[in-house]
Amino acid sequence: MAREQPKHHQEPAEIEFALDERREALTSLLKHTLNEFEPDIEASLNEVVATIRPDQVIQIGYLLRDNPATQCNYLRCLSVVDYEERLEVVYHLYSMDKNHQFVLKTNLSPDDPHLPSVTEIWPGADWYEREGHDLFGIIFDGHLDLAPLLLYEGFEGHPGLKSYPINDYREW
Amino acid sequence: MTTDHQLDTVDMMLNMGPQHPSTHGVFRMVLQVDGERVVNMEPHIGYLHRGSEKLCEHEQYSQIITLFDRLDYVSNLNNELVFCMATEKLMRLEVPERALYIRVILCELNRIASHMLFYGTFSLDAGAMTPVMYGFRERERIQSLFEAVTGARMMHNFFRVGGVKSDLPEDFNERIPWILNELQKGIDEADRLVTFNEIFLARTRDVGIIDAKTAIAYGLSGPSLRATGVPYDIRRAEPYAIYDRIDFDIPIGDRGDCWDRYYVRIQEMRQSLNIIKQCLEQIPAGPTMATVRRIARPPAGEVFAHAENPRGEFGVYLVSVGADKPYRVKIRPPSFCNLMALKLMVKNAYIADAVMILGSLDIVLGEVDR
Repeated sequence: MAREQPKHHQEPAEIEFALDERREALTSLLKHTLNEFEPDIEASLNEVVATIRPDQVIQIGYLLRDNPATQCNYLRCLSVVDYEERLEVVYHLYSMDKNHQFVLKTNLSPDDPHLPSVTEIWPGADWYEREGHDLFGIIFDGHLDLAPLLLYEGFEGHPGLKSYPINDYREW
Repeated sequence: MTTDHQLDTVDMMLNMGPQHPSTHGVFRMVLQVDGERVVNMEPHIGYLHRGSEKLCEHEQYSQIITLFDRLDYVSNLNNELVFCMATEKLMRLEVPERALYIRVILCELNRIASHMLFYGTFSLDAGAMTPVMYGFRERERIQSLFEAVTGARMMHNFFRVGGVKSDLPEDFNERIPWILNELQKGIDEADRLVTFNEIFLARTRDVGIIDAKTAIAYGLSGPSLRATGVPYDIRRAEPYAIYDRIDFDIPIGDRGDCWDRYYVRIQEMRQSLNIIKQCLEQIPAGPTMATVRRIARPPAGEVFAHAENPRGEFGVYLVSVGADKPYRVKIRPPSFCNLMALKLMVKNAYIADAVMILGSLDIVLGEVDR
């Protein structure tokens, strides 16, 4: 019996993402506001991403929060991504009044990961930074208490890192 | 009578949890108390840490959905939705209309189920034993419907990257009007039984106040933020799925106390019923799943997707390098941020009120600890 011919696979239509008018305006606003810091601003899907140096985080944080044009008073998320050759800290910022959001990034060396703490700008960063310290070993300078949050006291290693094994036994 | 000698008082440490019924899971707080007043509070979390984010890096996209069920385990479908939205955006995938409507209907039902549980347990915190029975009764109606639709009462694993697993069952349209009607009655009953009850008001009014500015600075979201008077709802601020076609109100509070946080949720249930009814009118016929390859391989890139969960803003930051497994999944759980502000709220409150304040935040430790 002849095998049934597989149906020709049809690739689904793809949505094209581009910056809309509001985000185009946000890009130029950020370029203007952060001009002196020379950030690297680009678009990722339909979001604006600005990459800055680690030592600029505090200054830029205050500027973005207090500037009447940006008013980023809400820190949505603080994530750490381990790219092995570098650690990337990602801030998702949002403005309640302006209803705009963008991504702020900074890169750290994995050998000596120090970053100024932003808890004085956004107090909500507190536990995120403790988590980043727990799982990735980043030392947030200026944070009042970097005690273990998710891990128990005395836990050795940083399980978020790619170099940390997921199991200490072999699965079959 | 006057006392001419100063009494020495010593602050006492009081440990609450991790195994304590008032902490709604395995949350531990160490209270420093001066008599009945809380002077300071030290929260301890992490008892339920399972390394979900790390596990996600070792599973394929379709397998991760099951892990998301287990984060916020009383609003499973809402979690699944966010992960699917993130992956779909990364894949630039268009989801069929009918699937979007099914998702919204189920998510809103899940929101009611979650708030019903809150209504029961929060009343229990206040010392009312009966509402928890009624809350569970209403939740049971929704869960039996979920069982008919998804095959499971809690860990549904129903949403897929590109749509939903299957269409609604044939008798769904016959069952849903009765359930919505019963839920409506259940919400009215909650108002009569608890909301304006004298004792309940005494326990919750002006207890655990947080103002809007502090709430925003601490990253509060969901009903906890809206109770402070900030009308921030992601369904309105950045509509996803089909929320831009639905007409609904955003209930807000004005004082930011426990009662406001409670009442915002009760009103939200009414809005959810309203949303479901509109969806049932608008839902088109058609496929429920997009044509996708069996193993999803999103192109390299990163995306942040978020949605309004019953507890607040649930976000997923997804980084892909073009493999069949994500490179990094960061979860932004709403309870995590809401719980951070607990320390401020319980200061100078009574011990019994600390229990109420924690209850009013409606935390789920599954997503706090991940």
